[in-house]
Amino acid sequence: MSLAAPAIAVNALAKSYGRLKAIDGVSFSVGTGEIFGMVGPNGAGKTTTIECLEGMRFPDGGEIRVLGLDPRKDGQALRERIGVQLQQSALPDDMKVWEALDLFASYYRKPADWKPLLDRLDISDKRNSRFSKLSGGQKQRLFIALALVNDPELVFLDELTTGLDPHARRSMWDLVRAIRERGKTVFLTTHYMEEAEQLCDRVLVIDHGRIVALDSPANLVRGLKSEIRILFTAESGLDPAPLKALAGVTRIEQSGERVLVAGQGDRLICLVINALDAQGVRFRDLRTEQPDLEDVFLALTEEAGLEGRAR
Amino acid sequence: MRGFWKLAWVEIKIYLRQPEATFFTLAFPILLLLLFGSIYGNKPNPFFGGRGMVDVSTPAYLAMIIGSTGLLSIAISVSSYREKGVLRRYRATPLRPAAVLASEVVVHFLMTLFGGALLIVAARLVYSLKFEGRPLDVLFGFTLSCLSFFALGFLLASVARTARTAYILGMVLYFPNLFLSGATIPKQTFPQALRAASKFIPLTHVVNLMQGLWIGDPLGKHVLEVAVLAGLLVLGVAVSAKAFRWE
Repeated sequence: MSLAAPAIAVNALAKSYGRLKAIDGVSFSVGTGEIFGMVGPNGAGKTTTIECLEGMRFPDGGEIRVLGLDPRKDGQALRERIGVQLQQSALPDDMKVWEALDLFASYYRKPADWKPLLDRLDISDKRNSRFSKLSGGQKQRLFIALALVNDPELVFLDELTTGLDPHARRSMWDLVRAIRERGKTVFLTTHYMEEAEQLCDRVLVIDHGRIVALDSPANLVRGLKSEIRILFTAESGLDPAPLKALAGVTRIEQSGERVLVAGQGDRLICLVINALDAQGVRFRDLRTEQPDLEDVFLALTEEAGLEGRAR
Repeated sequence: MRGFWKLAWVEIKIYLRQPEATFFTLAFPILLLLLFGSIYGNKPNPFFGGRGMVDVSTPAYLAMIIGSTGLLSIAISVSSYREKGVLRRYRATPLRPAAVLASEVVVHFLMTLFGGALLIVAARLVYSLKFEGRPLDVLFGFTLSCLSFFALGFLLASVARTARTAYILGMVLYFPNLFLSGATIPKQTFPQALRAASKFIPLTHVVNLMQGLWIGDPLGKHVLEVAVLAGLLVLGVAVSAKAFRWE
């Protein structure tokens, strides 16, 4: 990944709307073949960033290279090689699914055969339906098909699954993975942390137009250093003192038979279970709560959010 | 022009799928012809300079079709494409922005021409419509009228922030143009004051031009109409070029 030229390289990107700094000095790069995610609260600058990369909007400052091209100067050449799914867009109500694919394919120098796309996106039975008659999930699948109609090297997906039901969302994830398996790079924005955690190799957290964090989901969670909680029901005679003495344990809470042991460290669960076993305490309903990307996101964007509201 | 003709073809199919658009362009003019034709027939009448009612009304109905595709169809379709994000989606492809606008012009011109042809065929078959003009002059007048009213449609779509506003503006302009220009009600029946006022209605000049060329007037006799329509065309293009937004 590091050897090949990056698919996207952004340096000190800036864009303002009037006095509002929508993007304020953002730099990052995306490797070829990566699924790269951008997360952040509403209004954090996600869509502005993605639109600057697509050449739909022009930045006030900084440098962008997408597939080695400058979106401002080489927009036409760039649009031949990228696939775009926009957050807010539509087709004419009375355009049929097959007509849309056939039409969009005709815009490119080297179009892919669009017929297999109908099957891959599971809209074959809708090929003669008008756009206005499609469900939200079907429209979204059609938009992905349109984004793939030129067999692009790089695909931009802006809030792909917003407004979809959980089932449709999961089938979208499979689609995104399938796109990557074909050797393409994927740049996506989302405000579902689960989605970023499931799909992305690396996640960029943006807030108020600035990068707050950029790493793999696992590293971001590890970096949070938040506590792991172990909850269980102890059947009789639990002495909390030996548990409290274990390495990494920070606190113990008991209410009736329910016990909560909180602490840090990869071996915490193992230590706690061994200690219970050594005491001869019978326990059941044991479960653990570990921080996930959602906790990372809330921790990283919370302060800025409160600050933002105070302004 | 990669993709342009395919876009125009798909847009034609979409146009024909919309009942409201096809009604005003294709069906309504014929209904009007049959209605007034059944009342007045097409007998030579000194009131119409020795011609029949249908001979005089048919070129005026052509003006009516031009007014409705320009002020209603173009204004509404372009502004709703912008509002829904259709134009945005096209912009994310290599298709040139000018191709999108040009396809709107081509499609609406062909539809207007189609509506006009149907009307003429119907008038010819049912009422033995007479034509005394020069076909090329008529085609020139028709094309100029289309372009200048399409430019007005783009102007409306440019100044209106929403599709709804464009629709209202289009209606507000369309109806006075329809009734006060002589496109539906012959100007010969207007009182003097109304006839004077009608000079300030853009579609009046289309009606005068089409009616004149239809009976064989040389173009030189309609310099005023040609100048007014060319002026509207320039105005519409200039304002649209400045004010048009893609999203």
